[in-house]
Amino acid sequence: MRNIKTIFLREIRAYFNSPMAYIFLVIFAIINGYFFTNTFFLINQSDLRILFGIIPIVYLFFIPAVSMGLIAGEQNTGTIEIITTLPITNSEFVIGKFLAAFTLILLGLAATVVHFITLVYVGTNVDYGAIFSGYFGLALIGAAYASIGTFTSSITENQVVAFILGVFVVLVFYLMDKMLLFVPSGLSGFIQYLSVEYHLSNISRGVIDSRNLIYFASVVGFFLFLTVQSIEVRKWR
Amino acid sequence: MTDLSKNFGSLEAVKSIDFEINDGEIVGFLGVNGAGKTTTLRMITGFLVPTGGTVYVDDLNILDHAYEIQKQIGYLAELNPLYSEMSVYDFLEFIADIRKIRGKQFKEALARVVEQCGLKGVVHRTISNCSKGFRQRIGLASTMIHDPDILILDEPVTGLDPNQIVEIRGLIKELGKEKLVLMSSHILQEIQVTVDRIIIIHEGEIVADGTNEELMSNFMGNVHLTMEVKDATIDSVSNIESAIPSVKFLNSEPKNGHQILHLEYSREDDPREELFKFAVDSKWIILSMNPHTANLEDIFRSLTVTGGANA
Ligand SMILES: Nc1ncnc2c1ncn2[C@@H]1O[C@H](COP(=O)(O)OP(=O)(O)O)[C@@H](O)[C@H]1O
Ligand SMILES: [Mg+2]
Repeated sequence: MRNIKTIFLREIRAYFNSPMAYIFLVIFAIINGYFFTNTFFLINQSDLRILFGIIPIVYLFFIPAVSMGLIAGEQNTGTIEIITTLPITNSEFVIGKFLAAFTLILLGLAATVVHFITLVYVGTNVDYGAIFSGYFGLALIGAAYASIGTFTSSITENQVVAFILGVFVVLVFYLMDKMLLFVPSGLSGFIQYLSVEYHLSNISRGVIDSRNLIYFASVVGFFLFLTVQSIEVRKWR
Repeated sequence: MTDLSKNFGSLEAVKSIDFEINDGEIVGFLGVNGAGKTTTLRMITGFLVPTGGTVYVDDLNILDHAYEIQKQIGYLAELNPLYSEMSVYDFLEFIADIRKIRGKQFKEALARVVEQCGLKGVVHRTISNCSKGFRQRIGLASTMIHDPDILILDEPVTGLDPNQIVEIRGLIKELGKEKLVLMSSHILQEIQVTVDRIIIIHEGEIVADGTNEELMSNFMGNVHLTMEVKDATIDSVSNIESAIPSVKFLNSEPKNGHQILHLEYSREDDPREELFKFAVDSKWIILSMNPHTANLEDIFRSLTVTGGANA
């Protein structure tokens, strides 16, 4: 546990010691703000549904960018050799890294709360429950995508490659339910279950079902497990 | 370690090597670039898993007890990777934290390594702003922060200037009084004066192992003698071995009407007096006599010419 915290804090500091974190957060806020305000006053809706539609799309690029350097960077500079020869397990290392990226994502989400505040002032009949579950759902996909980004960052020492692979895998999960038409009907239930969108839509409707939570937990668990394995196999090359 | 080996695909980087090191020994691991030093050290420290064989540290097997072994080892990797965006203080605190050295204990450990590695004045500097020499000391400090029993240093002085080498050498020598130190190098002079024992590795195999003196006597038991003589007949030259059994005749070559004789003898019984008498009896005129003992450098060179592992 303590080692996870040590890795996590080092990573958070690394984010904020470089311009990276600030650039990410500002870009995230600007893109979301731009699309949100543009449509908000047009439609004059009293909820954040539009925002909740935009963020998953921005995530597709934002999260792979946030996580691309996590492990690829250490493989590139060689500091992974320090880590793997210290008395710390690969899981502790991977979880600490993942949590750092996830925290940055939560900070990005937190920045969009300004839109929520705007809504509270100008809107009528604000549905607080829907807004809460919407944010909750966004945090969950954020975690799922961060675990994917952590994994793709572990299979290369090139951050650009990690980013591109990350966008690709995240996109597959994002688009999965749109591909339902192309899969045999026997498989479609399964593919639908794998799709992020399916679980997200449940949650943003305010239905927080344990099946949806298990789904997100499994995605995170699966990709973090793969990440640990991918670091482990490097010892066996 | 026993029968340690490592293949990278079809390349056998390390072929079944065996050695044992004891507490308080400073051992130099010597070999040309690509000999397999880094690969071996990486297997000892758990960065690479051996293809065959294993490493034991106090009866603990690295395959099953990497975690326990890593607690006892301080390892300086070859290229001395560091988190360059961190300050020296933060970096050492990070390493110490993973090694469970915190609070007051950390302050003490920090003071100790700052003193030992000469880091005063750079503690709060960002690592990327430190010179190569300082970076090496920072790396060394991070390997010593938990006061380990075993230090594994991969080319710790390579790339430093001569003054820095002298300083780091002194530090290693000091540390080696109570710790086991295994340091690698591809330059004999870098480690010869620091270490108690040298293990020479060549193409993944150990070709020599012993103290300076042991290596010298094992490999330089023979002295090469070059003699320049006048008036030596073929007959008398061919008699030399039977007349003086301790001398081995290698060959002779003519030079300006003289003969150059190449002879070899064992260091223990120096036959030069007898040779002199023999020459007088055979009516040779001795112009010069040059015994040449190979130095450690010659041995290293002869052991590590490609294909010369058994030379
Ligand atoms: N990760 C690796 N993949 C493939 N070959 C490697 C790898 N690391 C080292 N080698 C090869 O193994 C041999 C030994 O290398 P190394 O242990 O680094 O030697 P040294 O440290 O003595 O210079 C070299 O031929 C090197 O090219
Ligand atoms: Mg090397």
